[in-house]
Amino acid sequence: MTDFVQNCIDGLMFGSGYALLALGFTLVFGVMKRLNLSFGPSIMLGAYVGTWVYLNISDNTWLVALVTVIATITVGAYVERLCFRAIRRDATIASMVSSFAIWMQLEEIAMHLLPERTYPFPAFFTTTTLEFGPFYARSEHITMLLLTLALLILLHAFLFRTRLGLALRTVSDNPLASAYMGINGSNILFLAFALVSVLGGLAGFLILSADSQVTPFFGLWATFKGLIAMMLGGMGSLPGAILGGLLLGVVEANAFWYGGPVIRDLSAYLLLFVMLIVRPGGLIGQRIVAEQRAADERV
Amino acid sequence: MFNEYVLTVVSNIGMISLIALSAYLLLITGEISFGQQAFFGISAYAGAVASTLWGWPFWLALLFGSILAALAAGLVGVLTLRISGMYFSIATLAFAEMVRLSLYKLTYQIEVDGELIGPNGAEGFGEIRWIFDHDISVLEYTIMIYGVLFLVLIFLVLIERSRLGMIFRMLGEDPLLTKTLGLDPVRYKVSAAVIAGFIAGLGGTLYAHSFTYIEPQIFNVMLGVHSLAYGLIGGLGTVLGPLIGVAIDIGFLESIRIFQGYRMIVFGGLVAVMLIFMPRGILDEDRIYRIKAVTRKWFNA
Repeated sequence: MTDFVQNCIDGLMFGSGYALLALGFTLVFGVMKRLNLSFGPSIMLGAYVGTWVYLNISDNTWLVALVTVIATITVGAYVERLCFRAIRRDATIASMVSSFAIWMQLEEIAMHLLPERTYPFPAFFTTTTLEFGPFYARSEHITMLLLTLALLILLHAFLFRTRLGLALRTVSDNPLASAYMGINGSNILFLAFALVSVLGGLAGFLILSADSQVTPFFGLWATFKGLIAMMLGGMGSLPGAILGGLLLGVVEANAFWYGGPVIRDLSAYLLLFVMLIVRPGGLIGQRIVAEQRAADERV
Repeated sequence: MFNEYVLTVVSNIGMISLIALSAYLLLITGEISFGQQAFFGISAYAGAVASTLWGWPFWLALLFGSILAALAAGLVGVLTLRISGMYFSIATLAFAEMVRLSLYKLTYQIEVDGELIGPNGAEGFGEIRWIFDHDISVLEYTIMIYGVLFLVLIFLVLIERSRLGMIFRMLGEDPLLTKTLGLDPVRYKVSAAVIAGFIAGLGGTLYAHSFTYIEPQIFNVMLGVHSLAYGLIGGLGTVLGPLIGVAIDIGFLESIRIFQGYRMIVFGGLVAVMLIFMPRGILDEDRIYRIKAVTRKWFNA
């Protein structure tokens, strides 16, 4: 029992990283109704540029964080232009495939930048282990969990309390009507993408500095974990992303404890697969499926 | 007379074409599968087990692997094709990763000729020696691959000319229209998935026997995405489309030295640019129609 509770605590801590990634996914999906599969690799390339600066120029952690975020925004802008703006708005699947194609590019560029298998990543946190009775938690993970929740509140406030947030939601709901209201949809979408890149850059920096290393597998890892977390919680829902991330973390931590690394990854995909069959809209956000069913019934 | 290296490239093109064709068939019905590598992998393992561990004749093993792959594809289709589009793509991705990870846990070894042979988790599955045991040269095996590929192509052309093929294309164009005609989209999509699984399966068993060694890592997402991209580059208007895509990637990019280390950058960029300017590939339905019109004129003149 103690093991199980400890696993759940660990899971919540890892899950906060997944939740951060899922926030980025869900925001792109909520605004554009499209999936950006190269989100993870964009973050990885950003982090690689950050690491390159760390190794070659300066070991100032703040500078590395800044470079990582800026590089992620640049890569994000490239992806937005090529995979999203250039492709018709309703061609959701084309964008998805295109972002996968760009994924290959980004990964290879990153490998040219830093060809070794692992590189050190500057640690942002001072590691101390906190004890709560019989249970343990690492301080950097608690910081990450708190930061994730803070970001959720900030994002929520931005989307529902500011004019810009309102514009963003309008473009997402009804592009034509928003154009009539004089909103430049193209700029708003770009802004959303930049915002997501900032979020992704931050997430990447926090996760990697908690791990204190970066490997070429990070891109794949970040895309899949973020995607699974988002789909579990519900596509396009901010609280859903957090919920999905934490749920994924808890399931994985337990699967790892009882079965090892392969079972951990297997359980994550199994969870996603079952969720897609049983409840495709995720825990929160059944609406998408209800809409499809309603459309079917009209036939 | 035949350069060994060229032959390897040519036979590789043939095998990868099969998985590209399977992704193409689903693309025609309007579904994007990121998971055809799963059926390729299932058949590679099953076919190799049948021929090396159980001593089955090759053609029977090929059929066994492919049927197993088709069954798996049917199961996934029944479960996931209710929800189409993006959800199907992600579900196939999840399934393919589940298959790949399960292969890491699969250990099934039997002593053959005093040696332990069989799939052994992350160690992979080596010593698939059917080609050597039967003294088949690379050239002969390449001809066998192309024989299978040729049969598959004929089969696909026949399907495309049949009522079933029409329905497949209609599903891709306008699922609503299909429904209003009283046809059940899910049923037809599942049948497309089963056929696609079978075709990918043919490629899988051939692949395992050609390379004599397979491991779970071969059947990763990138294989699936590539096979999808081949159809999108080559064109969705004809079965020759995916073959052109494969030829461009493996025959051209992989084999030419200047692209060494930059292949993914070129290939990824090519796919992205193609999706913008020719969203249905080089040989899309429009161009095929025009080509057919021109050739008809020649023959009638």
